[in-house]
Amino acid sequence: MKTRFDHYDVLVAGGGQAGLIAAIVAAEKGARVCLLEGAPRTHRGGNTRHTRNLRPMHIGPLSVLSGTYDEAEYWDDLMRVTKGKTNETLARMTLRNSTEAVAWLEQRGVQFQPPLGGTLHLGRTNAFFMGGGKQLLNALYRHAEKLGVEVHYDAMVSSVDIADGEFKSLQVGEHTISAKAFVAAAGGFEANIEWLKEAWGDIAENFLIRGTPYNRGDLLRILLDAGAQQIGEPNQCHAVAIDGRAPKFDGGICTRVDCVSLGIVVNKNAERFYDEGEDFWPKRYAIWGRLVADQPDQVAHVIIDQKARGAFMPPVFPPVVANTIGELAEKIGLDPATLEKTVNDYNASVQPGQFDHTELDGVHTNGLAVNKTNWARTLDHPPYSAYSLRPGITFTYLGVEVSEKAQMQMANGTESSNIFAAGEIMAGNVLGQGYLAGIGMTIGNVFGRIAGSEAADYALNR
Amino acid sequence: MRSTDKTTEAARVMTICNACRYCEGHCAVFQAMELRLEFNSDTLDYLANLCHNCGACYHNCQYAPPHEFQLNVPAAMAELRQENYGVYAWPGFMGRLFANNGLWVSLLSVIVITLFFGASAILTGADFFAAHENAFYGVISHNVLATLFGIVGGFVLLALVGSVVKFWRTMNLPSPLMLDYPRVMQGIKDALSLKYLDGGNGQGCSYPGETPSMARRWFHQMTFWGFMLCFAATSSATILHYGFDLPAPYGYLSLPKLFGILGGIGLIVGPAGLLMLKAKADAAPKGKTNKGMDVSFLVLLFLTSFTGLCLMVVRDTHYVGMMLSLHLGVVMTLFLSMPYGKFIHGFYRLIALIVFAVEKNDHKQVVGVCQSKKTI
Repeated sequence: MKTRFDHYDVLVAGGGQAGLIAAIVAAEKGARVCLLEGAPRTHRGGNTRHTRNLRPMHIGPLSVLSGTYDEAEYWDDLMRVTKGKTNETLARMTLRNSTEAVAWLEQRGVQFQPPLGGTLHLGRTNAFFMGGGKQLLNALYRHAEKLGVEVHYDAMVSSVDIADGEFKSLQVGEHTISAKAFVAAAGGFEANIEWLKEAWGDIAENFLIRGTPYNRGDLLRILLDAGAQQIGEPNQCHAVAIDGRAPKFDGGICTRVDCVSLGIVVNKNAERFYDEGEDFWPKRYAIWGRLVADQPDQVAHVIIDQKARGAFMPPVFPPVVANTIGELAEKIGLDPATLEKTVNDYNASVQPGQFDHTELDGVHTNGLAVNKTNWARTLDHPPYSAYSLRPGITFTYLGVEVSEKAQMQMANGTESSNIFAAGEIMAGNVLGQGYLAGIGMTIGNVFGRIAGSEAADYALNR
Repeated sequence: MRSTDKTTEAARVMTICNACRYCEGHCAVFQAMELRLEFNSDTLDYLANLCHNCGACYHNCQYAPPHEFQLNVPAAMAELRQENYGVYAWPGFMGRLFANNGLWVSLLSVIVITLFFGASAILTGADFFAAHENAFYGVISHNVLATLFGIVGGFVLLALVGSVVKFWRTMNLPSPLMLDYPRVMQGIKDALSLKYLDGGNGQGCSYPGETPSMARRWFHQMTFWGFMLCFAATSSATILHYGFDLPAPYGYLSLPKLFGILGGIGLIVGPAGLLMLKAKADAAPKGKTNKGMDVSFLVLLFLTSFTGLCLMVVRDTHYVGMMLSLHLGVVMTLFLSMPYGKFIHGFYRLIALIVFAVEKNDHKQVVGVCQSKKTI
């Protein structure tokens, strides 16, 4: 790799939404900007490539968003998922600044999807990118290049020279590049199985990584080793249960299995282990990754009968199908007698009620060690179908602490003068645990704009 | 139900798309897909003919190559269209012409043009290189022309109707008298406005490159309306000739001439623009098995118009014989290739859009419903 110059005003590492926005904002302010993307061009954009929407606060209808989603409601939603694990100042700032996100992106060529009545019923809280996150990336890359941002692909940062919390230069392979200000936006470490194993133990070998294979956390490690203040826990991540046949990396959204609440879930011992009817997607969706991770061999199986077919999002892989529970057990490698007993016990304890999948219908089981509290219907209409499940890691929360100016905080209590962070590498400041659909992109958007602006101001002595 | 490499690949692709659905805002294909759990060949033929090959879903796809899913919706649909144009051709055995379309249309044009040169040379004898008092009817008489094109036109019409009926039946539409006309009007409107070349948001399709653009929609409209105006020119001339006993040639301010000149310009600018875009377009989303079908059709349209306008200019000179032979040869080739070339796509797309209007309104699938299979 050869850059046009050896020295820049602003150097950005990471070509996902946050880094791109930082680069664009800095360039719009007149800074000479270089953007380093670790992935090849075809895989540019980190996990943004797999995203679909962001969640902006708004009073009254805004662009493609209907109704009102005010700070109080947004804050409540955030509290519900993080259980207070958030920096309130940064979080409230993020919510307030998110209002401008849609217009900011639209002005730079990003297209949003008009409400369709759609499949996810999130038209009020979430703005959907037309065609998905890759469309947003394509538009922003075009815009960045028009502004003269120098973009390099396959440019993974290998080391960074930091003295007393001040950025001097970095290396990409043999090449050294210096800059007055540096924006770290190179994502989390979910594609680094070794690092995941430090937090989770050997079971992490069995995790599937839904996002980009390029988020190996190299830059995050470098910054932490250079004295950055760590935020978040290494085992905090967005983990969902996905189809066990999904690719090891990069499977994205289509690997989801959306029928957990319509059937029962058993582990490799053919035993149920959690209330499948606890709550709606997306809450249900966000907890099952951890639940499966806790099971032997990190494997589980959803079992449904014919009644449930067609009532959930079509999965990408076909189910294993059989006419009896025993036959199904054999096909998926479980003990037939145990699975038959599990299903019989479950069926026998289902209480009568009016099944309604659109609401918490209270149709439940009685007397089981693990009861199902909603949508409990007997499994008795063959053929029976099974989908295997594994934990799918979407992104990690461990990162570097930042200030309101997106300035990186050092472990010794000072703040770095010219290192700024945005996106997944600092998302843990706001989202300490749990998950709220679209908030990752919101954090990246807001902090990308702040980091780019502050970095440019610093570099240009404003 | 047919099962081929092309239907298998299209079904694989649609299964992944249906589990992702990020593209649902782009065009009708994805909204139509969402009503389905599995993809049989009838459904896939429907979806393939809804696809305008705009490229948006390819450029915005997180699973596009080099991702291991190797998802390329426009290419899978384009290749399936090339196959199913052949399946729905009438008479059936003529469907084979789609397998190597560019080649057969090119050969046909050479043969037909040569025949016209030969025929007019024989008919006019030494006067082939002369100017004629009553312009081109001096080369070939009106009655000979009318008879020749009448016979060919009759066959073409029969073949087109035969193909359309086959496709109509597969699309599970009721008889034309039983249709829901507001839905039909919606389909016609979407077809005429090229709604699904708008990228979903009015920004245009990702063609020829990743950047959204309206260029293709404009050039396609020029081509379509150019063709329609030329058709109107011929029709109005026929009416003037037989209805009002006013034979050609007509003055510049007559209906046939005005339609013809305007249409001719559209049919030059439109196809030339589309060919230019096609040359610049990314290769991946186009598919591999088109075999020159689009190019040969566009070139024929362009040449029809170009030679027609040239003929108008030289009709009183001694080039009239040559130019007329060339023009008639091109037009005859266009006619003959209509049922077995890219021209047919307009009908199938229109029918698919009508089906989509029905399905969207009822939130229920019409095409590909297997009657014997009941769901509980």
